[in-house]
Amino acid sequence: MLALNNIEVIYNDVILVLKGMSMQVGEGQIVALLGSNGAGKSTTLKAVSGLLKPEDGAVTDGEILFLGQRIDRLDAADIVRRGVFQVMEGRRVFEHLTVEENLRAGAYTQRDARRQTQDLELVYGYFPRLLERRQQTAGYLSGGEQQMLAIGRAMMAHPRLMMLDEPSLGLAPLLVEEIFRIIRRINQEQKTTILLVEQNARLALAVADYAYIMENGRIVLEGAPAQLQENADVREFYLGLTDVGTRKSYRDVKHYKRRKRWLS
Amino acid sequence: MESGIFHTTYQRDMALRHTPAQWVRLALVVAAALAFPFAANNYWLTLANQIGIAAIGAIGLNILVGFTGQISLGQGAFLAVGAYSAGILTKQLGIPWYASTVLACLITAGVGAVFGMPALRLKGLYLAIATLAAQEIIEWGILQWEPITRLTGGVEAMNVPRPTLFGVRMNTDFNFYWVTLLCLALTVILAVNLFRTRTGRAFVAIRDQDIAAEVMGVDLFRYKVLAFAVSSAFVGLAGALTAHYRTIISWERFTLETSILYLAMIIIGGLGSVSGSIYGAAFMTLLPAILQNLGRSLGGTVPNIAQQIPFLQQGVFGLVIILFLVFEPEGIAKMWRNVKDYFRLWPFSY
Repeated sequence: MLALNNIEVIYNDVILVLKGMSMQVGEGQIVALLGSNGAGKSTTLKAVSGLLKPEDGAVTDGEILFLGQRIDRLDAADIVRRGVFQVMEGRRVFEHLTVEENLRAGAYTQRDARRQTQDLELVYGYFPRLLERRQQTAGYLSGGEQQMLAIGRAMMAHPRLMMLDEPSLGLAPLLVEEIFRIIRRINQEQKTTILLVEQNARLALAVADYAYIMENGRIVLEGAPAQLQENADVREFYLGLTDVGTRKSYRDVKHYKRRKRWLS
Repeated sequence: MESGIFHTTYQRDMALRHTPAQWVRLALVVAAALAFPFAANNYWLTLANQIGIAAIGAIGLNILVGFTGQISLGQGAFLAVGAYSAGILTKQLGIPWYASTVLACLITAGVGAVFGMPALRLKGLYLAIATLAAQEIIEWGILQWEPITRLTGGVEAMNVPRPTLFGVRMNTDFNFYWVTLLCLALTVILAVNLFRTRTGRAFVAIRDQDIAAEVMGVDLFRYKVLAFAVSSAFVGLAGALTAHYRTIISWERFTLETSILYLAMIIIGGLGSVSGSIYGAAFMTLLPAILQNLGRSLGGTVPNIAQQIPFLQQGVFGLVIILFLVFEPEGIAKMWRNVKDYFRLWPFSY
């Protein structure tokens, strides 16, 4: 469905962020994109949704295909109309609008008013919390509710591909699990393809059908979650487990630090 | 070939100039500035003086707008405060022109601090309107308010005694060039170094994240008022120099239009850049002069166009500014940096 072929992204004409990055997202899948801070995960999402321009970045090489068509030269607004919707990092709800107005704003690309009302019901079905607060100003919601609102807003646009940038940012573990459950349900019931960028590797691997691990602007490892969970490097660096599968003790770190094999 | 700038000590890292090339460039600029008056005629010297004075004012405004992130539409009025206080001190009290210049800086700093007080509560457009009030109040004071108009002369222009130094008349283009140059050099050195100090960092912190700055213990009220005061001191210097250079002060030079012209200077030159302020001042002073000359020579060849030229000039002036903002919103300073980076990093920029 979405294919990135060898893309290269440069900020400000001097900073090379993505160095020949390739990945695929299949129809109906949940694909997780993991990686340390500064690996280029968010940049990848922005390259797909056309948001690089405001930050003085550009895709200088390679191509991004969505449903077989190139989208890397299009405007962000055109890309949304084609069915790619990015839920940005840090929620970014319209804080002076009410919850319901926020959701309706998400349906900007959908002109059919009757369908909009149905969609509202649908979103409230997934997020009953938003129904309770539908007339409240979005700026007064808690962090978790704002994240729900951001995802609900994305659903209103009927995207074929929803890209979530760190939906767990700053949320309590219990709430994170709830949000991930809902993401899974959206994927299964609405048949929305999901590309998920996450720091919480354990949870992301639990919901994903396929996962990529990024480092230094390229994909270093990919595979089905079960496979990755077995990989010694992933266990060490992303799941914090030792060979035996127990939690790691800091005492061991001093003695022996494992090298990331793919960096050599 | 240089592949990057690497520092091994904190002193080196804080230094203003890092490479021999920067020292050479500085030496060339200084040499050119010193040699210029001997090569130039009066017309060019007048322009140079105008640029120098405007640059001092622009650096002052940039400290407030570009570095501290406040906004001021009262630039024209603060220039007026500087000019009139220098003029009045010299004319009425007989204080020598250089002393009245220094005093004018202090007076303007005080006035600026008073009108900067709303900045604690107001931000952005609201602060702009509050400073617009400062502009109007000061203008009204100079023109209408009885106790002050007795000194300023109200609507009528005010004559300032000619500045002399050891019996030499100073306000000729050639002699005043040295005064302007000295003041500009002092301003640049002070401004550049200001941002290496605790106070300067507090200013920049307020610009970037005022709430985070407050959390770290930066007293917002104190530093915002201080920014207004420091900025106004330089603006007052520019005003005082105008008074002594022209020896005639008229309120028409200090209207809201002047405020906006100065804002345009620092935006085109580069917000938050001392050298950018100078480029902006030069650009905004030279562009009308160039357009005027162009218009004059054009008017000679195409007679029908002669009446239209003033309007065309205004139009071209506006157009050039818009083009600048569209293609390099970060100003001339950024363009110059791009040029330097291109050569420094060539052929592999990343």
